[in-house]
Amino acid sequence: MTTTSVGATGRASDSGAAGHRPAAPPPDRHRRRGVPGSARQWTALGFAAPLLAYLLLFYAYPLWRNLDLSLHDYTVRAFVQGDPDFAGFANYAEVFASDSFGTALLNTALFTIVSILFQYAIGLALAVFFHSNFRLSGVLRALFLVPWLLPLIVSASTWSWMLNSEHGIINSVIQAFGGDQINWLTSPGTALVAVIIANIWLGIPFNLVILYAGLQQIPGELYEAAAIDGAGARARFWRITFPLLRPVSAITLLLGFIYTLKVVDVVWIMTTGGPGDASLTLAVWSYREAFGTGQPDFSPAAAIGNLLIVIALVFGFIHLRMQRSWEKS
Amino acid sequence: MKHRRGKPLARSAAAGLAAASLALAAACSSGDDGEGADTYTWWDPYPQHEADSDWADRVDACGDEAGVTIERTASDTTDLTNRALLAAQEGTSPDIILLDNPAVSTLAETEMLTTVDELGLDVSGVDQNLLAAGVVDDTAYGIPIGANTLAIYYNAEVLDAAGVDPASIGDWDSLTSALEQVTDNGDQGITFAAIGTEEGSFQFLPWFWGAGADLRELDSPEAVEALELWTGWLEDGYAPNSVLTNSQNTTWEEFLTGEYGFAVNGTWQVNSAAEADFETGVVQIPARGGGPAPAPTGGEFIIAPVQSDTERYDVTRQIVECMTTPEGFVETATTFAYYIPPTADGQEALLEEQPELEPWVEAVREAKGRTSDNLGTDYPLISEQLWTAVQNALSGSATPSEALEQAQADAESALE
Repeated sequence: MTTTSVGATGRASDSGAAGHRPAAPPPDRHRRRGVPGSARQWTALGFAAPLLAYLLLFYAYPLWRNLDLSLHDYTVRAFVQGDPDFAGFANYAEVFASDSFGTALLNTALFTIVSILFQYAIGLALAVFFHSNFRLSGVLRALFLVPWLLPLIVSASTWSWMLNSEHGIINSVIQAFGGDQINWLTSPGTALVAVIIANIWLGIPFNLVILYAGLQQIPGELYEAAAIDGAGARARFWRITFPLLRPVSAITLLLGFIYTLKVVDVVWIMTTGGPGDASLTLAVWSYREAFGTGQPDFSPAAAIGNLLIVIALVFGFIHLRMQRSWEKS
Repeated sequence: MKHRRGKPLARSAAAGLAAASLALAAACSSGDDGEGADTYTWWDPYPQHEADSDWADRVDACGDEAGVTIERTASDTTDLTNRALLAAQEGTSPDIILLDNPAVSTLAETEMLTTVDELGLDVSGVDQNLLAAGVVDDTAYGIPIGANTLAIYYNAEVLDAAGVDPASIGDWDSLTSALEQVTDNGDQGITFAAIGTEEGSFQFLPWFWGAGADLRELDSPEAVEALELWTGWLEDGYAPNSVLTNSQNTTWEEFLTGEYGFAVNGTWQVNSAAEADFETGVVQIPARGGGPAPAPTGGEFIIAPVQSDTERYDVTRQIVECMTTPEGFVETATTFAYYIPPTADGQEALLEEQPELEPWVEAVREAKGRTSDNLGTDYPLISEQLWTAVQNALSGSATPSEALEQAQADAESALE
């Protein structure tokens, strides 16, 4: 269902993949028609086996392993020896009780929501801008994709260089206009803002591409009709573009949400979640517990990771639900 | 009828074949160790030294001497520790690992390492302060292949211009007044690395120990004084705010711009300092009341993970010995940007070749292992709290004493 509704309004290839699961084909009818022999079933199973093996190996096993890690007390020693004590939900309790939890949750919410709001708004504005084809629009649009093509280590390092307190180009511009030096990455008040700015920049191309593709699907006649009825540019946007883009927007926001929720690299390279916990998000916290210190703590890290999966899942269901209600109306 | 039945059969045969080959492929990949009897695996944290570097040649030569081929894989330090743990869990440990010294006790605790006695190595010649990082419960798990430590590099031109004599720097007060003179003269004072990783703790420790503080008691008045020294420098503008995100490499880049009077950095920059556009020099990091402060030792240990085939140990021992003879140490020291040998013999041999390294040899003799004092695997947990306190204090989100009190409380709960 999801596949068809998205396909009708946008060419979002990512959403197609996401929509596979609910759109299971009804196999019963086919089976009744054919020879009801066991050979046929074995054939089916044989052909499905590679896919099943793939799913088990790369989806089921890591998930199970993550649960296993989070429910046991894996010290470094237990990890190597393979004899961890069962801890039940103690790791989760430890995560919830930690001083960092509140900060990380709030930062995650701010980081995710502010990032996708700006990414979406700027992406949509650019998509509408490029939709009215003008000379060089193709070239310019391609240039906007650069953040997507750069390796993250390059863009994150460049941002942290630009935001450097003493030598950064942003501060030198501010100071040239008579402002004061802002310790972007090193002051607890601005570190989160700094990483959000970098992350917004990184996410704009994704929004631009998907929303631009969505715009192509809106029939031109609608705009012509609206123009004849005397609708201005503003009315055309709010009455035609925005409502007809709604399914594409929803999937863009959902994907953006899931991507942003699990961002580690940008934050880690720029601030390592610091100073202190000032720019710590749940994903960065998980990484820090597992790999950021000399003493890997895989169990709490896995617990935080599972928490993120649950949050992403909840929003996935909300999306499905919204989509179903739109289809009904 | 025949046709209809034949087709599904052929199809299931094909599918069965596909499934079988898949299973076979899986079996193959898991059964393949990639280890022959005369191929020995070697991991080290020096990805900057490629396959045709002097270092790679040196590793190969030790293999040739033992009559085997060494297969070398390089990855960065943090990654190497994680990979070693994973490999030990899978039972696919390499024969030899060169590992950063604070990680040795962590690995030793998992029982994945052989002791030097099991391997039949003689460590009596190795300096105790350096060997200590690899000792857990009186058992040594590896040999340092070289040691490095921290000192203060200075830019002689900046100091001359400000009228500062580097020889006058003997304690914290004289250092701070030197910084004042340098900044008053329009240059930048000192840069160091206070990043929120192990590097931050590594750089803070000389001041922490130099004040007389103990890692078991992070909130002692001595510890607070050490942190106040750093926060004071930031407040007075003697050190840039960017130290909070500086790694040691970034610090060095800042120093190389020529704008800074001083930089805290390690033995590994000796070559780079000699090639700088300005004249440089080195002074020991002073303790609060004067004299050199104990700096933490850096450098890798050579360790041998446990193998299921214990007959491999004999060759492993030969390879380790090849790396740890006095000549071997000196060769390592010169192949690498100046690693100080961990034995008295090796140090003498090195000084004969390069007498200008004298201050560094002395610094290494004064240095102290981070995991020593029987801290062992507690060290990483304490260190994490220490760098967090440094970050909180320098960024202004807490006062030094608040930050360290919090750190001590967190360290205690982490160690429970």
